[in-house]
Amino acid sequence: MSTLAKQPPQEQAESERANRTARRVKSERARGENRLGWMLAGPAFAVMVLVTGYPILQAFFDSLFSYRLTDPAARRFVGLTNYGVILTDPVWWRAFWVTTLITVVTVLVELVIGFAFALVMLKALRAVRPALRTVILIPYAIITVVSAFAWFFAFNINSGFVNPLIGQPDLNWFAQFSTAVTVIMLSEIWKTTPFISLLILSGLAQVPEDLQEAARVDGATWWQRLWKVTIPNMKAAIMVAVLFRTLDAFRIFDNVFIMTGGSAGTETLSFGAYRQTISRLEIGLGSAYSVLLFLTVVLICVGFIKIFKVDLGAARGER
Amino acid sequence: MNARGVRRTRTAIAAAAVVALTGLAACGSGEGGPPSLNWYVNPDSGGQERIAKECTAEAGGEYTIKLPRLPRDAPGQREQLIRRLAGNDTSVDIMSLDPPFIPEFAQAGYLAPVPEDVKAQVTKDVVAGALQGSTWKDELVALPFWANTQLLWYRKSVAEQAGLDMSQPVTWDQLIEASQKTQKRLGVQGTRAESLTVWINAMISSAGGQILENPGAEVTQYKLGLDSDAGRRAAEVMQTIARSGVGGPQLATATEDINATEFEGPDGGFMVNWPFVWPRAQGYVKAGTMQKPTLDDYGWAMYPAMTQGEQSRPPYGGINIGISALSKQKDLAFKAGQCIVDEKKQAAYFISDGNPPSAKAAYEDPEVLKAFPMAPLIRESLDKSAPRPQTPYYNEISGGLQRTWQPPSVVDPNTTPKDSQSLITAILRGDALL
Repeated sequence: MSTLAKQPPQEQAESERANRTARRVKSERARGENRLGWMLAGPAFAVMVLVTGYPILQAFFDSLFSYRLTDPAARRFVGLTNYGVILTDPVWWRAFWVTTLITVVTVLVELVIGFAFALVMLKALRAVRPALRTVILIPYAIITVVSAFAWFFAFNINSGFVNPLIGQPDLNWFAQFSTAVTVIMLSEIWKTTPFISLLILSGLAQVPEDLQEAARVDGATWWQRLWKVTIPNMKAAIMVAVLFRTLDAFRIFDNVFIMTGGSAGTETLSFGAYRQTISRLEIGLGSAYSVLLFLTVVLICVGFIKIFKVDLGAARGER
Repeated sequence: MNARGVRRTRTAIAAAAVVALTGLAACGSGEGGPPSLNWYVNPDSGGQERIAKECTAEAGGEYTIKLPRLPRDAPGQREQLIRRLAGNDTSVDIMSLDPPFIPEFAQAGYLAPVPEDVKAQVTKDVVAGALQGSTWKDELVALPFWANTQLLWYRKSVAEQAGLDMSQPVTWDQLIEASQKTQKRLGVQGTRAESLTVWINAMISSAGGQILENPGAEVTQYKLGLDSDAGRRAAEVMQTIARSGVGGPQLATATEDINATEFEGPDGGFMVNWPFVWPRAQGYVKAGTMQKPTLDDYGWAMYPAMTQGEQSRPPYGGINIGISALSKQKDLAFKAGQCIVDEKKQAAYFISDGNPPSAKAAYEDPEVLKAFPMAPLIRESLDKSAPRPQTPYYNEISGGLQRTWQPPSVVDPNTTPKDSQSLITAILRGDALL
């Protein structure tokens, strides 16, 4: 079954040879296209470097100082001390594990539900398809802060409808970690599943129908076709969706800020960065915190690309 | 690009230019009128907006006051103002400031020194707490506006049922016992927010202690008074409230609003809260969502004491008016500030918004006494109140307390005061995260 998904070796070799010849022939044109590409994307690239590169470098520079915003005169160079303070503090590690837990659970659940949604959107009757897609996408169109408030009020012990519904009038959802983090994750899943299902939908649409048909003719069941044909052919799309969502989930802030304000042990890494920089006004310590958060996100990204061999180009159909 | 494309681009550029110029013209036309002052206010029930309008009218064209709104909670207000001032924003003229953050603003040089003549006028006959809250390093740095304090609110029927004599000062222990006996709630602010610090500070001060013993010292030399008999006593009261269940299931997330809602309901027995709960209940009666007998059942007394026979030190809060040192129209801003804190306006503000005045004279106003029968008690409470630690590092101290004394169910007199003392000390020295 597994060979079904791939082209026969001989055909593949031929097409590669043809490609190589084509590349030589088109080299002049390719170079021109390349130049045009840079001219078109160059300004955007320069702006990106300016608006993301500059703050990152500035943050790294600031992180080497003991610097409080309200007392600029007392700023002094402390080297890597701030990093030492953060990495030896249980607050950082607790936030790190809480963030990891939220990321892993939400991304896994979203992947499963998102895949199901994508299948529904793909296979739905033409007549209901636009309406269905709209319904599935609505949560994603809602501002995170608004959705956080909606979930907060729903589970609020005083005004929420959830407690009467489940017959637990005295359950204070936001008083302990287990229940508080559950609501935070539920709201995150509700809000961002549409994003993942949209990316998966585009991947699903790329799976050639003839492969499916061939499998069907060979007597493969629906389940076998899903695992042996559909998923292997859209691996790139899935990995890109998972990568983007992981990076996004790892920076979770709004839900925690609105629902618990970091109480009940629900502080995440982004929340910690906010606390040091914005609330404590400790620019040095906060910058070090942000740089560490940035490095963690970079590590996740590199890890994904190396371990799962995610090809970002493939997802756009550039192969 | 073809000719048509070029033409379209040119039209677009021209259109953009027209829009931009119109925008500039709109800005320019504003400069003809009287200079406008920006008064950054905390959200209230509309009283500050009314005062701004009145002062604009009274100024007779000398200035107008505009009212940009700050976030709802005090830490949010501080964050936004500091970020503006640290970024040299000259558009900030007048600020409504929560007193615990005034030292931080003053130390950073964000507050314009109060001229002598203004000082003489605004400090005349002002309650002690508000004067102290507007002062940093023996200098007046803000104009006392309104001064808040918490009272002990009780249901007369519940107190009677418990056999509690409310004409005498009561203690936390008595309240806990009475709540247990009557199966009613004792409302306290156990949420991880500024209001928790208000509660802890009031208990430690009432037990004769001080959270920060030497606010004049260098930050690295700060001596905290948490790991003390007073600190342990405060932790003991909090632990008992949490363990006995009289705080209700909301305790760990209870804010002033949640306590007020609970007190209005069938479980209401006792609560410590600001005076806003009184106009709020009256409003409900007027709207028909609360029965008049419930309102008549409201009683008020001095903030609970820690020890029988000893005087309590109730919380102090409110808002004072700071004039930005970066403002380009400081003289006008001080004039407007004087108008805002006028004692008649304070009295009217008390009646409309439930925020008690800092001017003593306002408490004799017959209108005030009619609307707030507990006004004399509020004034007495303000005179006995204890401010929260006055330090530019207040945010660190409050944040450290909120981390270690929350949720109330984990508070233990044997460990919490000691742990919070060492944590806050480490935070202040830059050795720990908050």
